[in-house]
Amino acid sequence: MARRRVPSPVRLPPFQTLLDAHGRDVHRFLIASVGATDADDCYQETWLAALRAYPRLHDASNLKSWIFTVAHRKAIDHVRARRRAPVAVGGEPPEPSPAPAAPGGAGLGDDDLWARVRELPPKQRTAVALRYVADAGYDEISAVMGTSEDAARRNVHEALKRLRTEYRR
Amino acid sequence: MMTEIEHELRRRAPRTDPVPDLSQAAAAAGLLDVAFATLDSPLGTLLLATTPRGLVRLAYVDHEGADSVLEQLATKVSPRILAARHELDEPRRELDQYFAGARRRFELPLDWRLTHGFTRRVLQATANVPYGATSTYKQVAAQAGSPLAFRAAGNALGSNPIPIVVPCHRILHSGGGLGGYTGGLERKRLLLAVESGQPRLADP
Repeated sequence: MARRRVPSPVRLPPFQTLLDAHGRDVHRFLIASVGATDADDCYQETWLAALRAYPRLHDASNLKSWIFTVAHRKAIDHVRARRRAPVAVGGEPPEPSPAPAAPGGAGLGDDDLWARVRELPPKQRTAVALRYVADAGYDEISAVMGTSEDAARRNVHEALKRLRTEYRR
Repeated sequence: MMTEIEHELRRRAPRTDPVPDLSQAAAAAGLLDVAFATLDSPLGTLLLATTPRGLVRLAYVDHEGADSVLEQLATKVSPRILAARHELDEPRRELDQYFAGARRRFELPLDWRLTHGFTRRVLQATANVPYGATSTYKQVAAQAGSPLAFRAAGNALGSNPIPIVVPCHRILHSGGGLGGYTGGLERKRLLLAVESGQPRLADP
């Protein structure tokens, strides 16, 4: 089996190091982005895509941003595929979407706050998940989402404003 | 300053325990270039690493450090390295049997890619020295094609990437002296004692 290896110009740490450092947060980020039911699939797709591309990586200086960029893209693909999918093709029955919090109820339950996050506009949702799940700085959020740092800050700010209104209700 | 909503977002953020395992899917997709696992042995914790070709590395963790061994593998073999116990079932089984005195020959496939030239020839000659027997630096140097290069043979054995399985502990000085050993001489003594039928290292 003669597999030619393209030598990487940078010193890459063993992939397991990356998984140890960020596996958990990537999974939590995906739960926040696509919901618990689909997070496992997205998680696997994310890490397999990363593993495939890893030896050819040219810059190992910010692997955290890199892996969350991959996860972010997988989450987007996933949401798009969901939207395109006809409702009830054979096979598994469609997952029930999380029940919306009772309007006018006394505050939000533990799951409800993040269910609300999932209903935010996509950019706000991603920015909030990166910041409060993955503990990402605005520089990292902007790197992952391909926006400016100002835009990252604005996305988080707008999201918080919206959530705060609902949270107080 | 963290606002109340930020505090709540962090407090209620999704949790995960445990995260899904990745190594099986990676292996199935042909993306697992190096799989590793540790093994508790009578000689201390061993780190085992395999490629799809076979066992490529065995290290005494207390001697070399797991991180540094994995970094070497990332550089010299591939950075696609994952912990994957299931990929090392066979080497772990054979080593357990060996330490229990129930195995005299390893049958697992080896990946020699971390060795080259004279070093590889010396180690391959070493691999043919049977259980319970010993050879000398001079003899393996001769078998590797350079009878006078016994000092270089010593270096080659010192760099053995797969000790125990490639039994460099069976190579001694011509005068009968122990010579050296990658994991420390105490281990060499123990391995030779076990193979000569002295008390077992582990209960069967």
